[in-house]
Amino acid sequence: MPETLSAWERVLLARNPARPHTQDYVADLISGFVELHGDRRFGDDPALLGGIGTFRGRAVVVVGHRKGANTQENLAHNFGMPRPEGYRKALRLMQHAEKFGMPLIAFVDTPGAEPGIGSEERGQAVAIAENLLALASLRVPTLAVVIGEGGSGGALAISVADRILMLENAIYAVASPEACATILWKDVSKAPEAAATMRVTAADLYGFGIVDEVIPEPVPAHEQPTQTIQRVGDALERHLAELEALVHDGDAGIDALLAARYQKYRRIGRWVEETDPTRHPNGPVPSHAADQAR
Amino acid sequence: MRELFRRQPRFTSEPQSEDSPVVPDDLWVKCPRCRELTYSREFERELRVCPRCNHHFRLTAAQRIAMLTDPGSFVEWDAGLEAADPLGFAAGGESYPDKVATAKRKSGTREALVTGSARLDGRPLALAVAEFGFMGASMGSVFGEKLVRAIERAIEQELPLVTVSSSGGARMQESPFSLMQMAKTTAALARLGEARLPHIAVLVDPCYGGVTASYTTVADVIIAEPGAMIGFAGPRVIEQITRQKLPEGFQTAEFLLEHGMIDLIAPRRSLRAKIATLLDHYALARQRPARRPAVAAASAQEAPDA
Repeated sequence: MPETLSAWERVLLARNPARPHTQDYVADLISGFVELHGDRRFGDDPALLGGIGTFRGRAVVVVGHRKGANTQENLAHNFGMPRPEGYRKALRLMQHAEKFGMPLIAFVDTPGAEPGIGSEERGQAVAIAENLLALASLRVPTLAVVIGEGGSGGALAISVADRILMLENAIYAVASPEACATILWKDVSKAPEAAATMRVTAADLYGFGIVDEVIPEPVPAHEQPTQTIQRVGDALERHLAELEALVHDGDAGIDALLAARYQKYRRIGRWVEETDPTRHPNGPVPSHAADQAR
Repeated sequence: MRELFRRQPRFTSEPQSEDSPVVPDDLWVKCPRCRELTYSREFERELRVCPRCNHHFRLTAAQRIAMLTDPGSFVEWDAGLEAADPLGFAAGGESYPDKVATAKRKSGTREALVTGSARLDGRPLALAVAEFGFMGASMGSVFGEKLVRAIERAIEQELPLVTVSSSGGARMQESPFSLMQMAKTTAALARLGEARLPHIAVLVDPCYGGVTASYTTVADVIIAEPGAMIGFAGPRVIEQITRQKLPEGFQTAEFLLEHGMIDLIAPRRSLRAKIATLLDHYALARQRPARRPAVAAASAQEAPDA
């Protein structure tokens, strides 16, 4: 892709309804996929797809936001905006992955978690938080790939993984550019400016050390869906092989994986710190913390 | 009164906040909800709760710390951390560093979270208190880092953790860094849990967004103040998107209790005693565990003489 695409142009590409979605990746990359439904608490959320299958020779658990290719499909799948049931189904499948030692692969593509009366009543916030907690210590390799929109906490709730990959024209942000423009500019038409200012692109996130690899799109994904999906599959396989090598010796390997996962997120943040030691009555800060301030 | 505010900036409420007490003169406080006047000494004695209608006024972090800890026991951690500007963010002619400078001046704190160790009627604890007056206590890098350091110190020093949270949500000016603080703080709490140390979360008005969808709602005990507004998405956003009328009392602490989302509602005057009682139970369990905690077993294996 030309480097000259603006952040906003990439936002529009990330949202293009013709772009391959989770179900397309599952169809091409996961053989014998069996979709598993329901959170065993309240319902089944069509905005979040999950199940088990075989990915290039190993059994895996797959979860992913499910958008549609047209309005009718999108209405059926709530535009890829999960309700608490979706996150609880994902949690159940994460635990399933851990129980059977299957790696977890998450496809991220959502405008965000659904804002709604029912979602609030049934605990949207705690459903997301419990997934963040579970993912922090899930004892199997975990991979997330942002294939379109990485919308805020609703994306994060399935993507706190050992490796986060992003397609070149995918975006990941704490709020939609429209919401940011409304809040900070009081003008939704400033969304393109907001997109640039919020630094939402894959290249930005890679530069910040938040994502581990950007998967190139020589042409936009929707123009070459099959090739794009295979490129994503190759990247996933490569990272998975690395993680599998780390955990091949059992519990010690898993402990090392979890320690690395903790540090991956522990480091994220930028601040300035006054270094006057008298300001730290309990002595120096934990050693791994201080060197992160840049 | 102005003079007093200037001398003790950390004890002022945001003057322009609609929730701040309207003070016709030095002696009386007018409740924004029931419009009743309360003698200001009585108001302070009631911990800034309207004695007529039970409206809980918002507190600054310093007021909250004073309310929950023994005098002189609070030792602040990591006070020197301040926001950086990783995105080079500016909106509407105002840069992020300008906004931070204004927030510092207005709130009297250097960031949106104050952490430290303290004692509560003699009981040691780690405490993290959000300062809503600092950019709506939005969770940026400093908020996350200070909280994680506090959790890590709690683990090292075997302290229970009490968090008092109110927040408007994400720190838009640090977009991806802000988002990732949700993962970072919750991951640290997973470790606190492995160490079998309790986390008591107190949710106070208003508490929304990333803060409710991360470290607060995975606490061992969740306490809310009466009438506090708590939720994931803000009520106006929900109303706009769903075009539905919100139910009576939607997203109040009482609504959350009814829906099973929090453990209890504690009026401000009983909050301190409630936390003290809970801490005693956990301390007792730690002295006489009914079973060997998993982590104790694991660390025994690591000990050279084990």
